[in-house]
Amino acid sequence: MTTDFDRGWQRNKTGLGVWEHRAKVAIAGYGYSELDRRWDGVSLDRTIGAFQVDAMEKAIADAGLTAADIDGLMVCPEAAGDSWAQADRGMNRPYFDPPYDTEDGLSYTTAEWLIAEFARRGTPLSNLKYIDGKAPYIGPEMGKAAQAVGDGLAKNLIMTYNMGNVEGRYHLEEGIYSPSGRQWSAPWGWMTSAMMQHAFVFLQYCTKYGGSRDNLAPFVINQRRNGLMTPWSFYTQHEPYQITVEDYLDARPVAWPVTILDSDRPVQHAAAFLFTTADRAKDMKQKPIYVLSHAQMTRPSRSTMGTIEDHEAATEDLVKILYDGAGVTAKDLDVFNPYDGFAVFTQTYLEAFQWHDVKRGEAFDFYKGDIRVEGPHPFNSSGGNLGNGRTRTAMYTDSIEQLRGIAGPRQIRLKAETAACGQVTPTSNGHIYLSTVAD
Amino acid sequence: MPKTIPQPDEVSKPFWDFVDQQKLTLQYCTACSRYQYPVRAQCYDCGKADNLTWKEVQGKGHILETMVVHDTRVVRRKIDVPFNVALVSLDEAPYINFLSNLPGTTAHEAPQGAPVELIFEPLEGAPGRFIHEWRVTK
Repeated sequence: MTTDFDRGWQRNKTGLGVWEHRAKVAIAGYGYSELDRRWDGVSLDRTIGAFQVDAMEKAIADAGLTAADIDGLMVCPEAAGDSWAQADRGMNRPYFDPPYDTEDGLSYTTAEWLIAEFARRGTPLSNLKYIDGKAPYIGPEMGKAAQAVGDGLAKNLIMTYNMGNVEGRYHLEEGIYSPSGRQWSAPWGWMTSAMMQHAFVFLQYCTKYGGSRDNLAPFVINQRRNGLMTPWSFYTQHEPYQITVEDYLDARPVAWPVTILDSDRPVQHAAAFLFTTADRAKDMKQKPIYVLSHAQMTRPSRSTMGTIEDHEAATEDLVKILYDGAGVTAKDLDVFNPYDGFAVFTQTYLEAFQWHDVKRGEAFDFYKGDIRVEGPHPFNSSGGNLGNGRTRTAMYTDSIEQLRGIAGPRQIRLKAETAACGQVTPTSNGHIYLSTVAD
Repeated sequence: MPKTIPQPDEVSKPFWDFVDQQKLTLQYCTACSRYQYPVRAQCYDCGKADNLTWKEVQGKGHILETMVVHDTRVVRRKIDVPFNVALVSLDEAPYINFLSNLPGTTAHEAPQGAPVELIFEPLEGAPGRFIHEWRVTK
């Protein structure tokens, strides 16, 4: 995941006040593809590119628009895993006939590829005026899309994000040398920041407030439960049974305290969102979901690893930017879908957002309560990555469905007029605040 | 434990040269009076490079927390699992922390908060090169 992108548009410091485009931008459509564990290397209608076009077509149709109505395109062109060819490992898997004669469309997608594919299908994006083919990952990408429409760069902007997963175990460090940033970590067996950095912070959390990994069991089990209420989730399709406390406690350790059940499962999936102006959204097919605010946070660690104090401060600043931008407080937030790529950091968000009045050190007690979607504290109604597979977009699609009242069995029984969701980790993320009500 | 071999770049080369001399020498910003590790091109606090110097530290620390790796993407380390990965804070600058495998301490038995001391391990496959490590003080 690159963090090397333009940040001039970001809302990334406190004191910015109410967002200048508050409720003047809306999400008028959304769509998502089917979900596979991996691309099988054969089915050209199930590549990540094909899934992404499918999601975009659905989002455009959901808004009641056609490809010709789209004047803005925003794409994150990064690969989630390794390349298809894996030439660097000597595999050299062959490519296919166009449009699959390069990596583009197989392990990542670019704006150019998507534009060409729409044209090839006879529904060209013929009126594009604004193209951002180097957007960041989904957290900040959502905010950037909202900002772009608010700034008048596009009227009907389709924004899309995918998580691809080709065959093979990816991101292996196979050589004997560790270059660049990994010279400071890989020699000691360090793998990924998201897992190990946050495992350290989680251990610090347990030292500071009490508790252990065992206290995450109710949360992880509930994530799986919510995912099993999502028809297309990985678990509904392939492992349609609930996990138990015993399953969780006995799970295979990966980097203790993180186990396999604390970690999201990579999948092949894409989603897309249609951003437009609030005025236009009122005349479109769906009830508008207004964007009240967005916020981003990027705070590099001072030393090898950030500490719990760093992560708590970063998330508290993030939430202040987001809430101030929307002109709201914690009690105004109905639907809350924070990131859970690893179970060990979600409590950092929960406590920073103070959703349902949960304050620092109180997450484990909160998890012990009734956090089911039917209950009084329907936490992370999407099921997140842990419940669905590593889509990184289920939090957004669920938030929209909750606000539209179409979440099916996942529909929370409480009022669902506002939602907050975001990606990814506490010191590197973007969040968005949504509402069915403009005023 | 055959660690992977750190590959110095232009900015980090002085640090690793010191390590090969079995000295732990950190960047130090004379304007901010702050140590810095890992090595960066600019000071984390003031953002300037002009005042960055090198200053040897004593090599005493404490274990903040320890995780245990059971499955790793670092292929060279696969034969070592399970192994400790501790986060060690430097006593004379506690805001500086290091990773450590805590050589001599069995996985899952690292004493939280214990004092540790600096050692230097030879790097397998890189004659004359070393890497900084930390060992629990008896």
